[in-house]
Amino acid sequence: MQAPGSNGRSAAAPRGADVVVIGAGAVGAACAYFLASKGFAVHVLERGGVAAGSSSAGEGNVLVSDKVAGYELDLALYSRATWSEELAEYADRWEFEAKGGLVVAASAAAGRALLELAAGQRQRGVDARDVDPVAIGDFEPHIRAGLAAAVHYPQDAQVQPMLLTANLLKLARERGALVSTGANVVGFDLRPEAGGRRVVGVRTSQGTVSCGHVVNAGGPWAGAIAAMAGVELPIMPRRGFVLVTEPLPPTINHKVYAGEYVASTQSENLGLEVSAVVEGTQSGTVLIGSSREHVGFEAAMSLPALRAIANAAVALFPRLAGARVLRSYAGFRPYSPDHLPVIGSDARVAGLWHAGGHEGAGIGLSVGTGKLISQALAGEVTDIDLEPFSPARFAAAASASA
Amino acid sequence: MSGQHSSAAEQTVFDVAVVGAGPAGLGAAAAAARAGVRVVLIDAGHQLGGQYWRHPDESTTDPTRLAGYRDWGEFLALRERILRHCQTGAAVHLASTHVWFVEPPAAGGGRQSWTLHLMPGGPPSRETPPRTVCAERLILCPGAYDRQLPIPGWDLPGVMAAGGVQALLKGHHTLSGRRAVVAGTGPFLLPVAQQLARHGVDVLAVCEANGLARWMRHMPVVARTPAKVSEAATYARSLARARIPYRTATVLTRVDPDASGTQVGAVELARVGPGGLVEKARQRLEVDLVALGWGFTPSLELINAVGAQTRIDADQSLVAVVDDDQQSTVPGVFIAGEATGVGGAMLALAGGELAGIVAAEAGHLERARVRALRREIGRLRAFAAAMHDAHPVPARWPQWLTAETLVCRCEEVAYATLGNAITELGANDARTLKLLTRCAMGWCQGHVCGYASASLAAGGQGRALTADDLRPLAKQFPCAPVPLAHLAGE
Ligand SMILES: Cc1cc2nc3c(=O)[nH]c(=O)nc-3n(C[C@H](O)[C@H](O)[C@H](O)COP(=O)(O)OP(=O)(O)OC[C@H]3O[C@@H](n4cnc5c(N)ncnc54)[C@H](O)[C@@H]3O)c2cc1C
Repeated sequence: MQAPGSNGRSAAAPRGADVVVIGAGAVGAACAYFLASKGFAVHVLERGGVAAGSSSAGEGNVLVSDKVAGYELDLALYSRATWSEELAEYADRWEFEAKGGLVVAASAAAGRALLELAAGQRQRGVDARDVDPVAIGDFEPHIRAGLAAAVHYPQDAQVQPMLLTANLLKLARERGALVSTGANVVGFDLRPEAGGRRVVGVRTSQGTVSCGHVVNAGGPWAGAIAAMAGVELPIMPRRGFVLVTEPLPPTINHKVYAGEYVASTQSENLGLEVSAVVEGTQSGTVLIGSSREHVGFEAAMSLPALRAIANAAVALFPRLAGARVLRSYAGFRPYSPDHLPVIGSDARVAGLWHAGGHEGAGIGLSVGTGKLISQALAGEVTDIDLEPFSPARFAAAASASA
Repeated sequence: MSGQHSSAAEQTVFDVAVVGAGPAGLGAAAAAARAGVRVVLIDAGHQLGGQYWRHPDESTTDPTRLAGYRDWGEFLALRERILRHCQTGAAVHLASTHVWFVEPPAAGGGRQSWTLHLMPGGPPSRETPPRTVCAERLILCPGAYDRQLPIPGWDLPGVMAAGGVQALLKGHHTLSGRRAVVAGTGPFLLPVAQQLARHGVDVLAVCEANGLARWMRHMPVVARTPAKVSEAATYARSLARARIPYRTATVLTRVDPDASGTQVGAVELARVGPGGLVEKARQRLEVDLVALGWGFTPSLELINAVGAQTRIDADQSLVAVVDDDQQSTVPGVFIAGEATGVGGAMLALAGGELAGIVAAEAGHLERARVRALRREIGRLRAFAAAMHDAHPVPARWPQWLTAETLVCRCEEVAYATLGNAITELGANDARTLKLLTRCAMGWCQGHVCGYASASLAAGGQGRALTADDLRPLAKQFPCAPVPLAHLAGE
């Protein structure tokens, strides 16, 4: 079972590419697929295996419900349409399922905030349906009683992130892309030119690849990669844990979460935010996310975070109290300080592009991001204006505050 | 926390916590308690003994029926010592208790002891069981479980791991099966066949995948462990007496159902030829019980939880790195028994005792004993290495798989699915293979299929199995399944 295009191919002598994509996570894979579809010669460089980073350490929520009306929501809707239109024929490969989301609120105040949020989202094009509190049980029979409000989001969906990433890479390979795993990027070849520098090659542990463009899809390591080109990119890791239970009889139908747990747990645990996002999977296990902490790349299990997640889940679904946790995993979200991803060319180094910083939504936003990057690189007018996502905004913010 | 009965164990900081009450753990607890330190011994079983000394419920069993258990006198003496320390209050035994999380001492000042988070598993007791215990030093003796290899039909009822068969016989004196075959590799197949025969099961064959010629090159080592030689001779005699054929270089390549289609009916036997090639099946045996033993895989949950370094051993198991005091790479954490390298009960016992002495800081008082133990450990380790060398898993074992053979039974992942992930989806390491196929992500958490899937991942790249292939399959949290409410701290 010698694998074509994996180690076998990666050992081949490096050669030139139109575009090098750094990172084989969901975002890098989506960029590679859309770029290859446009006819670019693409070479993906990944230091680990397929989806070695964040993309194998989270859940596969494709949500519109958790985004407030704004640029990120627009990107989410664009991405959501890409999933179900352009990529519809591959839906089974990555287990795409539009199971819908249910967001609930316990207190009257939180309920009002939720309905307000939904109203704003509707104006931006989201299918958000207010649920009569007495009817919540029709959606989720096992949810706690006495909730003040709920909104149903039929567009919320899920994918299996590993299968997504691996299959996007496979489709990209079928369109001529080269994927090298075990290729650690250690630096760039930059050539001075009028008005600055241009990237002409990427140095890796397996040799140098010459190229016209580089897409930095390094996830939470994107800042370190940018630094190799001498530019600053304020993307940081934000740790999250997910708990996985033993297989249970069907208990939960939608993606269910409660916005207000964010606030309630924050006060107790400094720097730790927890919101219960609960969902059943086809194999019967229940996935329970998740926590958010700024602790660098520290992966050790932390009891306070795990306890808080368990608490929030049991509060939402009392029936889960006896469900046994079989495993848990930790991952690092690529966090960007203004909660907006960074998508576009870097004015400081010609040929350098960034596609990252999607924090807790990079799986759902991956395909929209890849498609937009491919349009921008081809010099086309992008389907969505990339200005709000431009890396230049950080420099502008810094000089404004200086 | 309820606070009504906050147990005494919960408020004590023990000098030493021993996890696991098999030979290693018992040896460790007895030695540490004798050295005068406060010991807590924690084990999932409701009686002391672990796998090796597993025995029926003492409260309902005639003790004379237990006398025939291996090294039983040794067990009784150890237990006697430990119970005496429990009576004086120097030691505490927490039975039916799982450790689900290990919390390290606070970095830089603060609490300097380890905290073990516990999950009581037994019947409800009057006293509130402790939720945590604290100890300055840990001795982890988690033992091992059966290593298994997939084979077509192994998901039929009636196919069992050899150790599982033995556990039923030891623990309950019962078994449903009249005609059995015992197959796999290693000396462990012999006692399993012997015990089956003793319980009136007709054992049609013991199939040993390897030849015995490789033992020849280890004669000097064998000569230094006469007890092992006489043990083997005893088994050989009892197999001969029961007329059980011992077939070398023979493997099972398929298990077929009986007429009902719901239970084992027959197996196919094949020879392992030159270069490890599995030849065409030659013979069928009609059986209703299949016991498969491919050696053992150490339990590494606790070892990973403390962050101790691991390495790959001669038998391709991931094991903890320890020094000649049984000290792991994590200060204050000792490890003994199979988790440091599969080698049997007497090696575990010696390692446990050494760990107990050193962890109790009594090494300087018992210099002669420490030296003797180190010698004993060296001798038994050398024997174990010879055994591993003589009884490897056949390199070409995937030859007997078919596309439909389930490699992972929990998640029902077929061999073809793994092959597709390797060739089509670029899974060139065990972690990627697992995450793409869900192999090893179900109930057993890779205990059953972990070794097989790691070795398929390595084989897919045409290279030998390494520690890095095995590591992603050994999990860290929780060390034992824990209900959400308990985790939440209710
Ligand atoms: C607990 C948790 C739950 C989550 N849940 C969801 C969810 O439900 N829905 C959702 O949409 N998102 C979710 N996310 C977020 C999502 O996982 C990320 O946004 C997404 O995976 C980011 O993808 P990426 O491709 O940008 O980064 P990554 O997947 O991290 O990919 C970056 C890749 O770059 C490689 N790399 C880094 N440096 C180098 C180098 N020098 N040379 C070569 N390669 C390099 C890395 O190895 C890595 O594979 C969750 C995250 C966490 C932690």
